[in-house]
Amino acid sequence: MMNYSSGPPETESRTLPTPAVRAEGLTVVRGPRTVLRGLDFTVPRGQITGLLGPSGCGKSTLMRAIVGTQAKVTGTLDVLGLSAGHPTLRTRIGYVTQAPSVYDDLTVRQNLDYFAAILTLGRAASARRTDIDRVLADVDLTTHADSLAGNLSGGQRSRVSLAVALLGTPELLILDEPTVGLDPVLRRDLWNLFHDIAASRGATLLISSHVMDEAERCHRLLLMREGEILADDTPDALRTRTGSETVEAAFLHLVDEAAAAGRRKETAR
Amino acid sequence: MSTPTTKKPTKPTKKPTMNTTAPTSALNVSRTTATAARVLRQLRHDPRTIVMMILIPCVMLFLLRYVFDGSPRTFDGIGASLLGIFPLITMFLVTSIATLRERTSGTLERLLAMPLGKGDLIAGYALAFGTLAIIQSALATGLAVWFLGLDVVGSPWLLLLVALLDALLGTALGLFVSAFAASEFQAVQFMPAVIFPQLLLCGLFTPRDNMHPVLEAISDVLPMSYAVDGMNEVLRHTDMTATFIRDVLIVAGCALLVLGLGAATLRRRTA
Repeated sequence: MMNYSSGPPETESRTLPTPAVRAEGLTVVRGPRTVLRGLDFTVPRGQITGLLGPSGCGKSTLMRAIVGTQAKVTGTLDVLGLSAGHPTLRTRIGYVTQAPSVYDDLTVRQNLDYFAAILTLGRAASARRTDIDRVLADVDLTTHADSLAGNLSGGQRSRVSLAVALLGTPELLILDEPTVGLDPVLRRDLWNLFHDIAASRGATLLISSHVMDEAERCHRLLLMREGEILADDTPDALRTRTGSETVEAAFLHLVDEAAAAGRRKETAR
Repeated sequence: MSTPTTKKPTKPTKKPTMNTTAPTSALNVSRTTATAARVLRQLRHDPRTIVMMILIPCVMLFLLRYVFDGSPRTFDGIGASLLGIFPLITMFLVTSIATLRERTSGTLERLLAMPLGKGDLIAGYALAFGTLAIIQSALATGLAVWFLGLDVVGSPWLLLLVALLDALLGTALGLFVSAFAASEFQAVQFMPAVIFPQLLLCGLFTPRDNMHPVLEAISDVLPMSYAVDGMNEVLRHTDMTATFIRDVLIVAGCALLVLGLGAATLRRRTA
């Protein structure tokens, strides 16, 4: 195995072999609807990429395609150098769905115990235990370890779900709206954790949100709208290019621009 | 340290949809036992369900014994059949609801995105509910044979064997139908849809050869008929008869077949 953990991830000088995610002409059809329309993009390694856009624009579908749980995916989609859904990727990707997917009738620790047993096969029980203690501390749930997941608040349950994804140090974390419904202090703490994971482990994070102010905390942004990618850039470059003060304003600017371009095409016909 | 840059860029890959054939090993013992332990742990947080699963068959048998107080022969026939039917119904209900929950809560999607084989999940459920079925059947059989005077000519162990296979069949059917239920309401309705016809045709109410030939032919292809038949063979014969062995094999075969069908309904990629 190659080891990417050494060295700060921000050193752009060293060209990494493959991006964490590379898509070419990525299209997903769900029922009668084409949810993703021929997307081309890359997600660089060792950074936090924000996936932003309004509800229903295809963020979750895109994430499911990367994880390999989405059906009817066409085009090219490579994840960590392998084609998406490859069996060996299953231990290398941590995935958090929008709705917390944990067992409500188990305690927090029992949930983690089970998923750790599925993920980290053959590791000693003590190693698994320290891993579980670490992720509990990461999401600040150590004091709730023995509570039933079903008795926790919504925000706490979503943090249990996040803790499961952090088990076994995955190289790529796909987090679908992990900070929704959390108070500002927790949100700040989690974003600090995300930055820490990227910096210290060199892990790649793809984090979706429909809250634009979270965009400022990402290294790169993918702005999505109606199954298409409007922009793929750093927050700074986006603001400069559109002459906007915030990413939100930049996004609105790009939406208007796209709409105007669409109208021009219509009238030219 | 080896520089990753020396590695050639990976060659263009095929469509990602080509990867659905996962070489994840079909069955892994520690993942299976971890799953079984998890299912049992979930149930342990719900003691009322456990008590009901174990007590209700006993109460029913007790009731039946005194309903047929005047004709112990009738109790023998129906009691033995019910010993086979209870585990099937209980496990069907428990499994269909449990796996439906797993599907709707997102935990199934999460597990299938992890290195868990479909066989591990199914075998884990079968192992957990099979264990419960053994406890349930042992208590019910013990009560019927030693306290309610159920007159069994053959070995009670064979009754237990059939009961266990019935439980597996129930687990398999529950797992399979949960794929077609979008809600708990629908899942519960599968019980009258899948179980009741078998109950009517299995020979519990009237011998199967007394039925209309069409119904008899239908009952010939329903697995519960063989479960009840097997129970009655143990009831009447000291040794394992050829019919008993046939019945046991058919019930086991059906359970495996439906488990296989259930596995096919677990998709790593969903729309």
